[in-house]
Amino acid sequence: MSGHSTWPEWVYVGVVIALLCYVGAEAWNIERIIEHVPEDAEIIKVTGQQWIWTFEHEDGTKEIGELHVEKGKAYKFEITSKDVIHSFNIHDYVVLLDAVPGRVNTVWFSPTDVGEFDIQCREYCGLIHYNMRGTLIVEDKGA
Amino acid sequence: MVLELQKPRPIWQIMFSTHHTDVGLLYLITSLAFMFMGGALALLLRVELFSPGVQIIADSMTYNRIFTVHGTTLIFLFILPSASAFGNYLVPIMVRFKDMAYPKLNAVAFWMIPPAGALIWLGFADFTWYAYPTYSVVSAPGPAADMWIFGLKILGVSSILGSINFVVTIMKCKHPDLPLSKMPLLAWAYLTSSLITLVAVPTFAAALLMLLTDRLGASGFFNPAMGGDPIAYQHLFWFTFHPEVYILVIPAIGFMYEIFPRFSRKPIFSHSSGVAAFTLLTIVGFASWAHHMYATGMSFTEKTVFMVGTLAAVPASAMHTFNFLATMWGGRIKFATPIMWAVGGIALFFSAGAGGVVNSAMPLDFITHDSYWVVGHFHLFVMGTILFGTVGFVYYFFPYVTGRMYSEVLGKVHFILSFVGTVLVFFTQHILGLFGMPRRIYDYPPIPEWVQMNIIISIGAFIIGIGMAIFLVNLIWSSAKGKPADMDDPFGLGGKYYFPYQAKNPSH
Repeated sequence: MSGHSTWPEWVYVGVVIALLCYVGAEAWNIERIIEHVPEDAEIIKVTGQQWIWTFEHEDGTKEIGELHVEKGKAYKFEITSKDVIHSFNIHDYVVLLDAVPGRVNTVWFSPTDVGEFDIQCREYCGLIHYNMRGTLIVEDKGA
Repeated sequence: MVLELQKPRPIWQIMFSTHHTDVGLLYLITSLAFMFMGGALALLLRVELFSPGVQIIADSMTYNRIFTVHGTTLIFLFILPSASAFGNYLVPIMVRFKDMAYPKLNAVAFWMIPPAGALIWLGFADFTWYAYPTYSVVSAPGPAADMWIFGLKILGVSSILGSINFVVTIMKCKHPDLPLSKMPLLAWAYLTSSLITLVAVPTFAAALLMLLTDRLGASGFFNPAMGGDPIAYQHLFWFTFHPEVYILVIPAIGFMYEIFPRFSRKPIFSHSSGVAAFTLLTIVGFASWAHHMYATGMSFTEKTVFMVGTLAAVPASAMHTFNFLATMWGGRIKFATPIMWAVGGIALFFSAGAGGVVNSAMPLDFITHDSYWVVGHFHLFVMGTILFGTVGFVYYFFPYVTGRMYSEVLGKVHFILSFVGTVLVFFTQHILGLFGMPRRIYDYPPIPEWVQMNIIISIGAFIIGIGMAIFLVNLIWSSAKGKPADMDDPFGLGGKYYFPYQAKNPSH
């Protein structure tokens, strides 16, 4: 297959590789920053079970299906499951982590807006998976 | 082959034949039948999701069973056998051998598929096509789940046998005058995808056995209550099934490598670049499996490693796209149905690849993971790329199998409906995912954006359904009443074809 130049292909592959390097480096950097948990983050234990979410605050208060948090504070979720794998998701705050039985996964967030947000399960967990939903209620105690 | 419909033979002669074109025909008919069955299930799902509340499926368990069987059928009973079908027809001819290396093994590999299909369809399991423990161990109802496990086990053995056959045929039975470097790219596609199968699939076969003994209570590999780890299954599963993506897509790329130069009336831009890209994908495809598992609580280092491994697979796919476009560049293109499908296929392949880069970037994956974005993303691969390449090749192959031409008008209408439908369905699903709709849900709350997009998606799915109905009519009507094809040059392109009907040793 001679008789034509191959440099356009090399240029094209070079551009693709450069773009990928940029995406990779940027993703690495952002993930490094957002995985850094603030020191003062309050711990909330999240437990998934077929088909409800339960929450336990640091002071021992327990909630089922609803989670009350304060605007501006940092929270660290310790997520686990009692039966099968679920996935704890607050889509509006990009909180997403699997609840795996026998493991504790952690992720943190800090609510910036007052209001109600959906909590849902993003990993298939059986019969009522579609309705394994909850509500995140962000309150402004300072106001 | 053979021209079944012009020179009829009793059906048992084809069914019990071990000749490669006969086995290929059996593979082709079986896979197309499963394609229509699996597609019908998808339409049921889309009717149910048309709007919030119950539509036609009475309970969530039925819905869960339908999407499980839809996925399993189209991946294992349509895409894999359809690739084997054309491989059986063409690989021996391309390497200039009289048959596959092991004809009986070839027939055995095919005849494992119908019982496996029966197990999957009669069981109708509900635990999704990847059967994650602990749900699949402690919660999924039997005997459906066990039948699914046995069905997949049989299919795994079948594809390993088929792959051994392709590798041996190409490496050992190739004509001595034909160097490996000059072998057609479609044969290269079968060589590389078969090698991936041989390395990847045994891992899942082992995981299935462990899953079965776990379900029976004899072991606790994946059951935390017995000291096991459910994440271990996910590693074993994706070690097989990320490379499996390449097993599925490489033959479809190979089909396009036949179609583009033929209908552009021009040689492939760079044969060596195609070979290099196939080989690269074969190796790099094994470095990315855990990008499906960022959200299971992996460490930062693990995520970084698998992100780099995933991004490394992109240049190889980009080389294929470039090769296709450069082959068409300056060619005297005849826009018959097969090349239209192939062109649509690369457009969607490119979109799917671009979406894949987004998924693999760690922070963005936590927005898209297990949402409808992912559904849209992988369907752009399996439908937009693989099905488009395969259906294009079915049209290309039609005259060789039947001796008749398909209806060009119906073929083009089918293409236009499918392309429009695919864009409507799967591009919209990407956006729906960004709005947070999880996958695998039977019902959803009436959030206005979700409702609107689900209606668009369902309409797109019905458009695809109409296209597929036209395809079925075209296949049946044209094979009986289509105008006889010019067997030396059915598409009026000139040049040299591989003539499947000139296969040696036509019956034994």
